[in-house]
Amino acid sequence: MTQLPDTVGIGFKRSHYDALRTTPNRLGFIEVHAENYMGDGGPPHAQLDALRRDYALSVHGVGLSIGGAGPLDTDHLARLKRVCDRYDPESFSEHLAWSSHNDAFLNDLLPLPYDDQTLATVCDHIDRLQDVIGRRMLLENPSTYVTFESSTLAETDFLHAIVGRTGCGLLLDVNNVFVSCTNHRADPRAYLADFPLAAVGEIHLGGHDAEDLPSGPLLIDSHGAAVADPVWTLYAETVAMTGPRPTLIEWDNDVPDLPVLLAEADRAATILDGVRHARAS
Amino acid sequence: MPGHLETQTAFRAALNSRDLPPGITAVGDLDRRFSVYRNTVAHTLSDALAQRFPAVQRIVGKAFFRQTARIFVADNPPRSPVLQDYGTEFPAFLADFPPAASLPYLADVALIEMARGQAYHAADAEPLSPAAVMSRIGAAPDTAQVTLHPSVRMVSSPHAAVSIWRMNQPGAAATPPPPGPETALIFRRDDASVVLPIPPDIARTVTQMQSGTPLGALGHVADADTVGTAFSTLLQNRLIVGLCHI
Repeated sequence: MTQLPDTVGIGFKRSHYDALRTTPNRLGFIEVHAENYMGDGGPPHAQLDALRRDYALSVHGVGLSIGGAGPLDTDHLARLKRVCDRYDPESFSEHLAWSSHNDAFLNDLLPLPYDDQTLATVCDHIDRLQDVIGRRMLLENPSTYVTFESSTLAETDFLHAIVGRTGCGLLLDVNNVFVSCTNHRADPRAYLADFPLAAVGEIHLGGHDAEDLPSGPLLIDSHGAAVADPVWTLYAETVAMTGPRPTLIEWDNDVPDLPVLLAEADRAATILDGVRHARAS
Repeated sequence: MPGHLETQTAFRAALNSRDLPPGITAVGDLDRRFSVYRNTVAHTLSDALAQRFPAVQRIVGKAFFRQTARIFVADNPPRSPVLQDYGTEFPAFLADFPPAASLPYLADVALIEMARGQAYHAADAEPLSPAAVMSRIGAAPDTAQVTLHPSVRMVSSPHAAVSIWRMNQPGAAATPPPPGPETALIFRRDDASVVLPIPPDIARTVTQMQSGTPLGALGHVADADTVGTAFSTLLQNRLIVGLCHI
């Protein structure tokens, strides 16, 4: 599914470079956003070259707009190929979302209706991407705040169909599951029971913000806080079903010092160890 | 039923308006829930500009910057997901932005910040040592053509934009700037961009060298002393990465 080790990694932030280089390596891998390594040269590449020697690498794209109605941006496909060729990552992943429209990049992961038409488009886009980069990708489930009246498929059925048609794997973001299900008053355990867990090549864990509305809680995927307790619980239940999977602590905004991230990583590693022991006994 | 493209076009339009797109639903408070998308699009692109133009933000203040960025982003959305390149049109936008007209140097400060970002991400190239440069020049300096490091940029301002940029760095003292004009040579050294004030005639000479003029032909734009100073500035800062004879 992926060549990442079934252990815990963190999203690499440039402010952590020196601390990471001098901290004994207890991480299974690091993850970077592909779009931050598309310059011609300079410190970003020098740092990633150095880290690449010590860590397995996940490259995570945040701007291809796989869920966009229009064709994929061929310039951006070429950039992604260049990053993959240069760093030969153990995993490449992108999102079930759109982020560009009529040549304008909106810098958000926007939702799409789930129906036969969008399914065909997304599968075409994944086929094209996998062709260009010459590797299998993982597709991430989104955090959503609204749904579409025109949707005819559940998100989990949509993902099942994508995996079946394209052969891609999935990146299961457990925080996104909790955020979306809470926002739509759905049961995250029912969602996970329907999710194509056999295709999961990586798991993401991040933080969210919460707001109380008259209609119920609004959770916002902020990547700017510690993983919430209910998400830890869902994560433990998930890996009890899947077995240990590469797990990433994702913290992109208001980034804390490295030890805070490593403590979150240790908490995930303890859960994975528990699963390993339970399966061995 | 609308197609995928129509749905997305309506959704996109609603991100910049007070109206909701047709066909979306939620458990309630639809407007607030949809506004999560509106806010993310508006704020993250302004944040990207603030990251690239921190001195401009410091000069005008956060509130003014955010308002300005909102107007700029609406008319000039990024054309690519590579946000380190976003904002190339921002200096020109500031130059023609009436609310900033009382700060005539602002656009040039933005040009300095843009050049710093470009220098930071420019291609790598190994500099020639001073000894290697001198040995390659040999006995024929007139035909020598230098290749400068890919990070080298020049910004010339009729104002004291370089001093004003420097005054607006974190921890810098707020000393009154000298009268303009000012010019800066901008390049990458180790892992940071450097802004080096240089006299305008040196800048003109470096620009000529950068565009491939051999040393012997620089006499058309500068006297021998100026050429010598320009050359030694490049040499001292290890900005010569190639030298051939034409």
